[in-house]
Amino acid sequence: MKLHIDTTLNQEPAEFLCAPDETLLSALRNELGLTGTKEGCGTGDCGACSVLLDGRVVASCLVLAAEVQGRAVTTIEGIASGTTLHPLQTAFLKEAALQCGVCTPGFIVAAKALLDVNLDPTEEQVRYWLAGNLCRCTGYDKIVRAVLDAAANMRSTRA
Amino acid sequence: MLHGMTTTRYEAPGTVADALSVMAAHPGAMILAGGTDLLVQYQAGLRTPSAFIDVKRIPELMAIEADASGVTIGAAVAAADICAHPVIRAWWPGLVDGVQLIGSTQIQGRGSLGGNLCNGSPAADATGALIASGAVAHIAAPSGVRTVPVEQFVLAPGKTALAPGELLVSVRLPKPAAHTADAYQRLIPRTEMDIAVASVAVSITLDPSGLCTAARVVIGAVAPTPLLVPEAGAALAGTTLDAAALERAALAASAAARPIDDKRGTVAYRTTVVGVLTKRVAAIALSRAKER
Ligand SMILES: Cc1cc2nc3c(=O)[nH]c(=O)nc-3n(C[C@H](O)[C@H](O)[C@H](O)COP(=O)(O)OP(=O)(O)OC[C@H]3O[C@@H](n4cnc5c(N)ncnc54)[C@H](O)[C@@H]3O)c2cc1C
Ligand code: FES
Ligand code: FES
Repeated sequence: MKLHIDTTLNQEPAEFLCAPDETLLSALRNELGLTGTKEGCGTGDCGACSVLLDGRVVASCLVLAAEVQGRAVTTIEGIASGTTLHPLQTAFLKEAALQCGVCTPGFIVAAKALLDVNLDPTEEQVRYWLAGNLCRCTGYDKIVRAVLDAAANMRSTRA
Repeated sequence: MLHGMTTTRYEAPGTVADALSVMAAHPGAMILAGGTDLLVQYQAGLRTPSAFIDVKRIPELMAIEADASGVTIGAAVAAADICAHPVIRAWWPGLVDGVQLIGSTQIQGRGSLGGNLCNGSPAADATGALIASGAVAHIAAPSGVRTVPVEQFVLAPGKTALAPGELLVSVRLPKPAAHTADAYQRLIPRTEMDIAVASVAVSITLDPSGLCTAARVVIGAVAPTPLLVPEAGAALAGTTLDAAALERAALAASAAARPIDDKRGTVAYRTTVVGVLTKRVAAIALSRAKER
């Protein structure tokens, strides 16, 4: 038996069908064709599947798709405005904060959730906030620098 | 679908009464709060519920209510909301010490006190501070509501005082007495994202002169359940928490420990560490209590 779910996906109304025990990660990738959200572990450890649920960053591998009925989901596909990249995306490119790129959508979504509540984080705050996002390639330094750069950029364009 | 043969249902009742009737109708069902334990276990094939009963649409389970005599925390409130709550931060910094250790930012946005308690892990990071502060669990049963002290809630690894068909609704913390404060620490081999090798929660009550009149010491990850150690509390009561008193409390905590050997630590290591933590955590609770 499939469930019919109505939700808000990347600021637009959306509907999809899912099995009652299907994860949000699976529904995004397999029912909705949004493959930007990655599966690294499926057990909440790596953060590759990070999405925003009602504005809060969660691991979509540990959310049932049925739970998002009437809620708002933002994935990596909803972070840019049209063809204009989000400052985080620009900073990741500029700082070369990725190699294979599998972890990148999760990092950007998680970092956006941080900058939504704190536009002037310390390096330590960035590192703790992103402790649940694993990267096997970069060594993290460039990622942390990109997040701090994006925050600085966003502060200066706001001022 | 993860398990091709089963037809697992998803239900999202809006009231406690509806949740109890859905549970009665689906005997093999399991409660879904943040899913950060349950969905991991489900995907590993360790749990095969006939239905997931999502309790996050029930207002009582999602509310934090503070009043003059304490605070009631809904069982499904996310860790991030507990750690951000001004009254909880002010009165139970030790609970915040524990809750903020639960997983990453992503896990904090979903994992709950109810899930931490009901999962029944001996290493659960929120349970010790709840016991140290004398918290009670409010349980809804088909026959009515009952209340259980948190130290009697976890019975064995993965086993709790909940009977089939019962739901944990909330946890109630009584407002701390004058000059009372709590603290919690765990030892893990890294700085983030790991399971405790040993942990200690302490609540200390002082008289106006700074003498300790009561203490509750709880040890975690070193026995089948988080354990209240009355002998350790008694070693602190009547003292100023001088070095000799702390040493006696540490010995009592180590003596009460009944740890297992595993990849995270040997019996001898865990037994020693839980004593060391007892001294450290009691000292933190003491300095917090002196500020009150
Ligand atoms: C990557 C990762 C890191 C983690 N790190 C930590 C850590 O550092 N420390 C720690 O303590 N834990 C940790 N955990 C475990 C988990 O996040 C916590 O135990 C969390 O508090 C569980 O809450 P939940 O709401 O997600 O529970 P769920 O998974 O929804 O439920 C857990 C269990 O409790 C039952 N249950 C839940 N609510 C109720 C209720 N109201 N009434 C009756 N039964 C109920 C469920 O049926 C299930 O059996 C981690 C988990 C992950 C995936
Ligand atoms: S895939 Fe979800 S946390 Fe790794
Ligand atoms: S760039 Fe490869 S995992 Fe991070």
